[in-house]
Amino acid sequence: MLQIENVNTHYGQIQALHDVSIEIRQGEIITLIGANGAGKTTLMMTICGDPKASSGKIVFEGEELEHCNTPEIMRKGLAIVPEGRRVFSSMTVEENLSMGAYFRTKEQAEETVQYVLKLFPRLEERFKQRAGTMSGGEQQMLAIGRALMSRPRLLLLDEPSLGLAPIIIKQIFDIIERLRDEGVTIFLVEQNANQALRIADRAYVLENGRIVKTDTGANLLTDESVQKAYLGG
Amino acid sequence: MNSSKLYNAVFAAGISFILACLMIGVKLDTDSTVLAVKGATAEQWAWIIGGIAVVFLSQLFSTQVDALFRAIPKPDIQALLPQQQKFATLKPWLIAAIIVVMMIWPFMVSRGSVDLATLTLIYIMLGLGLNIVVGLAGLLDLGFVAFYAVGAYTYALLSQYFGMSFWACLPISAGLAATFGFLLGFPVLRLRGDYLAIVTLGFGEIIRILLNNWTSLTGGPNGISGIAKPTLFGLEFNRRAKEEGAMTFHEYFDMDYSSSYKVIFLYLIAVLLVICVIYLINRLMRMPIGRAWEALREDEIACRSLGLNRTAIKLSAFTLGASTAGFAGCFFAARQGFISPESFIFIESAIILAIVVLGGMGSQMGIIFAAIIMTILPELAREFSEYRMLLFGLLMVVMMRWRPQGLVPMKRPNLELKQQ
Repeated sequence: MLQIENVNTHYGQIQALHDVSIEIRQGEIITLIGANGAGKTTLMMTICGDPKASSGKIVFEGEELEHCNTPEIMRKGLAIVPEGRRVFSSMTVEENLSMGAYFRTKEQAEETVQYVLKLFPRLEERFKQRAGTMSGGEQQMLAIGRALMSRPRLLLLDEPSLGLAPIIIKQIFDIIERLRDEGVTIFLVEQNANQALRIADRAYVLENGRIVKTDTGANLLTDESVQKAYLGG
Repeated sequence: MNSSKLYNAVFAAGISFILACLMIGVKLDTDSTVLAVKGATAEQWAWIIGGIAVVFLSQLFSTQVDALFRAIPKPDIQALLPQQQKFATLKPWLIAAIIVVMMIWPFMVSRGSVDLATLTLIYIMLGLGLNIVVGLAGLLDLGFVAFYAVGAYTYALLSQYFGMSFWACLPISAGLAATFGFLLGFPVLRLRGDYLAIVTLGFGEIIRILLNNWTSLTGGPNGISGIAKPTLFGLEFNRRAKEEGAMTFHEYFDMDYSSSYKVIFLYLIAVLLVICVIYLINRLMRMPIGRAWEALREDEIACRSLGLNRTAIKLSAFTLGASTAGFAGCFFAARQGFISPESFIFIESAIILAIVVLGGMGSQMGIIFAAIIMTILPELAREFSEYRMLLFGLLMVVMMRWRPQGLVPMKRPNLELKQQ
């Protein structure tokens, strides 16, 4: 579904990604773990076209993305939940969701709102409330819901567990698994390696801008070096 | 009362003493041919010493003075407005009543007040235009007057060189101002906040200086005079028709000539234009593009993650805001009959921005109120002559202290939670 082949990304003179190759197949949850500054978010942003990859190929459903600009890429059937939630805080939940369906018809949007509200009943309770007045967990749900409003086939999640209570994190991960079961392919970037690897079909480990390991989620959970570096074992 | 208070008080009193002595205490006077230094009179000295005493005491007892000021109740404007639900049913009637009153009112009052009302309406238009850029899209624009100038000069030049009528020039002015907005939008898209403010400030000055120095076209500082007034389906409002065979308004309706017809006619045009602008902007705000402006103000990265093109959104805000200013400018030129670069100085931009901020960013109602206050107050305070700008400034300080969110803050129609 999404192939990333030998991608290099630079911030000015500094190279953030070195020959990164990742393959995401239809219906999988792929997790990317790595320490702070390893280049996880950079990789995600490179998929979205900002910053652009300086070399390499990014192919989504047979289409090359590396020459498209961000708004074009974001309308091709993939959606991103950016790091740190970033909901529109002075807008209501309803308006936030409708922003997510900006490029779709009203009927499609209404249908998807119902779908999202069924996925996150919490949002229905807060439908007319301003997003800024909600708790962190609710905002994260809203951010995911907003991304789902474009009915993406591939969902990129950048640290959805950031700053949330363990019980909320569990709920969020449950939702992610449910989305996968409904056919949405998921690419998950996480610091919370333990939980992220548990739900992953396959996972990649990123270190200093290089992919150093790839295996199934379960295998990586028991891998000694991964345990040492990311799981505190 | 600690020693730092005392130190502050002594310091402040000392500063006031030095300043007062320099500014009031000594005076240069021409004594026939030579300059003579004169000291202050005893009465002036008494005032100076009194003033210094006030400064000293107010610094010394600053906590008590602050507490006293805090005790003054703040005006609760919210309570003055009718309740939400009642307001909703009353709204169409209220709007109709306001429009009717605005139409009838000029026939009953003096010429001067109609003229002032027309000016107020121009500022309302400008405020509404800038509101799109600053209030909704969150792009701080300090050179908004440039688009106003473009609109005004478009009409003035087209009327002078090609004899085009006001009504034909109205859309052209708006279009040209929008083009300028579009052109300015391109280079500044990457900028935000302070940087954007500086660039727009520069743009405002460029337009003014260009108009001032392009003497062959714009007449430079002399401006353009004798700009044709708007006509009513070809009927002029002058005593005699300018062209041979044309009719004037009073001849056509077989009335006596009165110069106030012209003023009232201009006022009615302004009312019409303002209603159009309010309606259009109101619709835009409810359309997805209006929401996109707000979303862009809230969070640019989130907007991009949703596939919104921030270039297009910013440009559309800039362009629409500018076209409204062009509209207002065209009308301004027609009303004044004379324009010069003097009318488009930076202070105009600042006043328009003040209207938007005082009114409450993004709120149309607030902007209308603020425009009324900002144009009528300086007129009312005219008898205070040079102190009126001081009062004006003071009012703004007080306003921002008491109601930083603006007179009528922006409300979302579906913000309230239903109470069960």
